[in-house]
Amino acid sequence: MSKNAIGREIPEELDGVKLTPFDGAVKHTPLVRQDKGNRQLPRLNKLVDTIEQAVIKSGLQDGMTISFHHHFRSGDYIVNMVMDVISRMGIKDLTIAASSLMAHHDELIGHIENGTVTQLITSGLRGKLAKFVSAGKMGKPVLFHSHGGRARAIEVGQIKIDVAFLGVPSCDVYGNANGYTGPSACGSLGYAMVDAKHSETVVLITDFLADYPNTPFSIDQDLVDIIVKVDAVGDPKKISTGATRITQNPRDLLIARNAADFIVASPYFEDGFSMQTGSGGASLATTRFLTEQMEKKNITASWALGGITSQMVKMHEAGLIKKMLDIQTFDQDSIESIAKNRLHTEIDASYYANPLNKGCAVNKLNVVILSALEIDLNFNVNVLTGSDGVIMGASGGHSDTAIGSGLSVIVAPLVRGRTSTVTENVLTVITPGESVDVFVSDRGIAINPRRKDLIEHFKKVHLPFSTMEELLEKAERLVGKPDSIEFTDRIVGLVEYRDGTIIDVVRQVKALD
Amino acid sequence: MKLRRTMLYVPGNNAGMMKDAHIYRSDSVMFDLEDSVSLNEKDTARFLVFNALTTLDYGGIETVVRINGLDSPYGREDIRAMVRARPNVIRLPKTETAQDIKDVEELIEEEEKACGYEVGTIKLMAAIEGPLGVLNAYEIALASTRMIGIALGAEDYVTSMKTKRSPEGVEILFARSMILNAARAAGIYAIDTVYADVNNEEGFLDEVKLIHQLGFDGKSVITPRQIQPVHDIFCPTNKEIDHALKVLEVIKEAESKQSGVISLNGKMVDKPIVERAERVLEMAKASGINIDELEDDYNE
Repeated sequence: MSKNAIGREIPEELDGVKLTPFDGAVKHTPLVRQDKGNRQLPRLNKLVDTIEQAVIKSGLQDGMTISFHHHFRSGDYIVNMVMDVISRMGIKDLTIAASSLMAHHDELIGHIENGTVTQLITSGLRGKLAKFVSAGKMGKPVLFHSHGGRARAIEVGQIKIDVAFLGVPSCDVYGNANGYTGPSACGSLGYAMVDAKHSETVVLITDFLADYPNTPFSIDQDLVDIIVKVDAVGDPKKISTGATRITQNPRDLLIARNAADFIVASPYFEDGFSMQTGSGGASLATTRFLTEQMEKKNITASWALGGITSQMVKMHEAGLIKKMLDIQTFDQDSIESIAKNRLHTEIDASYYANPLNKGCAVNKLNVVILSALEIDLNFNVNVLTGSDGVIMGASGGHSDTAIGSGLSVIVAPLVRGRTSTVTENVLTVITPGESVDVFVSDRGIAINPRRKDLIEHFKKVHLPFSTMEELLEKAERLVGKPDSIEFTDRIVGLVEYRDGTIIDVVRQVKALD
Repeated sequence: MKLRRTMLYVPGNNAGMMKDAHIYRSDSVMFDLEDSVSLNEKDTARFLVFNALTTLDYGGIETVVRINGLDSPYGREDIRAMVRARPNVIRLPKTETAQDIKDVEELIEEEEKACGYEVGTIKLMAAIEGPLGVLNAYEIALASTRMIGIALGAEDYVTSMKTKRSPEGVEILFARSMILNAARAAGIYAIDTVYADVNNEEGFLDEVKLIHQLGFDGKSVITPRQIQPVHDIFCPTNKEIDHALKVLEVIKEAESKQSGVISLNGKMVDKPIVERAERVLEMAKASGINIDELEDDYNE
């Protein structure tokens, strides 16, 4: 027996369990209010004045892993802003684990050259930085992952993030953050939410300090260590456009119409189906033709996943889609929607597509429409490297949704410029052919022979069907067969499938050597 | 029945568009050597169109080439090259008289003979774009056995008529009617003028509905986006198809009973009604509707 801090007799041990006597209200919880008389609330101030102070406070050291998200798309200021500071501070040998990187992040080249950054883990690379990597100028290969694969890797500890630098459109002084309030609104913070949950230290960077509590919040205060207020986290004009417009390009519209015709004639087009479309070109335009058919045939979708655009929101508001699950919000109209509509729900990347959690949304998906840079005779899809072999795209949710969905529809023109989209073997496999169900182009539709049920179903349907071999022949008759791209033996990128296995490698392009 | 609901204009100097011209499923594609090609590109365009026609597979879609008039320095060379490229149809712009057609035909025949091709394989159509041509429409339509159609070109026409185009198109009603009537009298196709305001979908639909009601066979279109709306409007409705099937059914019944006066729902069924019903079903079949399936439904 001993007396605790308020004089009560407490046994040292009971039934073999050791007991710790009370030692005062704030003794073991240094983060709570220490002085009731101080009215400057809250006492626990996470706010620091500069990025540099945040970096110091985070304890960032050589060799650590830091993370960023890509919800600000091409408008993002955070990556360059933070990396400038870190580079100046002389911290070296960092791994950047970003959900994705954009063309304007080519400032990283300087930080790679001076040794600040030695490894990149990302969904994609574009522009000069991508070319830099393809040229073999980075020491370690880049690890490319899918959105679901990244969430898995973080949750199982394969990627251990020491400090997450997360730009948020708004947060309060305690760290409750959301993506739809403030001048730099981006909508869902789905990718960032995973980092916030699983990083050792979480730094929020915002340009809009909201009153406490900043409800509803996507990132909770209990996950946040440090907050920095900056002038701007991004360029609103580049973070989102007003409303995503459907293309006027006749070829994309033709592909979209073919895709919609195929989906409508498929067994998946039934009341209560679920769908996801991409945000660009033919993929987005498919929604226009689907809308017409859904109205005509009185069919509604129970939910849509993704990548939410104003087209989806319009369909929802017209009663054609009941609910939306949103990992990434693409335009102003959908940002407004997610802010006010409880049927438009924000989800994080793990909920979206982590293949090893107890249930991710892509598994419940009926139809997904995806694009492709290349697709081959085995239906393997490349969305990462261009026809010149240089990295130019991103893995994204491609492989996640392709395998998760019942019907994965790949849309692309058969010929782009002077190269065929259909090839004997794609340069880089992101999505394996066994998860791809149909390829829809402007010059024909090819069903994956593995889907015998679909081939049987479409026997009586009059659509421009071909085999992949026929499409390749058609394309080659038009543009010829190009010489193969020459690569060196040097591996500059590893493509990780969503389950963590390596599905392909990216090699150094000889012409850039 | 050969459909000519849509004839897609493709500038003859645009290789990218030419390579894809047929994938949008218009009934015909028309490569233009005339107004969409600037003077310094006339030979390039002729060369490109020649090579497109002789190299690419247009998948059976009717190919038409609009040549320059014989009053220009390019018309004759266009004919020389195009007879060798062998499109299905050569279209003469700004046709004023039957003689214009005869002159072109003569040159085509010369070239066909020179190449050893069967005379008469290349068909002709005439665009009528001025007041004199409108008055001569019937003679133009009959000017050659090669003639498959006449088309209105409204832009030049309204300028000659000292007016401009209106959304309702009242200023070209006379020309449309003349051309249509001439085409019907001659037994060839009547094709309507282009609708230039490509982003005005509503105005375009109104115009297509109007020319469909007037009786035109189709319309020249200037963007692939205009194709499907025309086909949709020209496609008979289920109600029309149903009615047509019923008309043919009662006719068949009456023939077997050898009864004289035939009626359906209290209305007399006579020859024009039967012809119309047959045309509706032909158009439906040509538009890709499976009539047999509908017939089954109907029989049930």
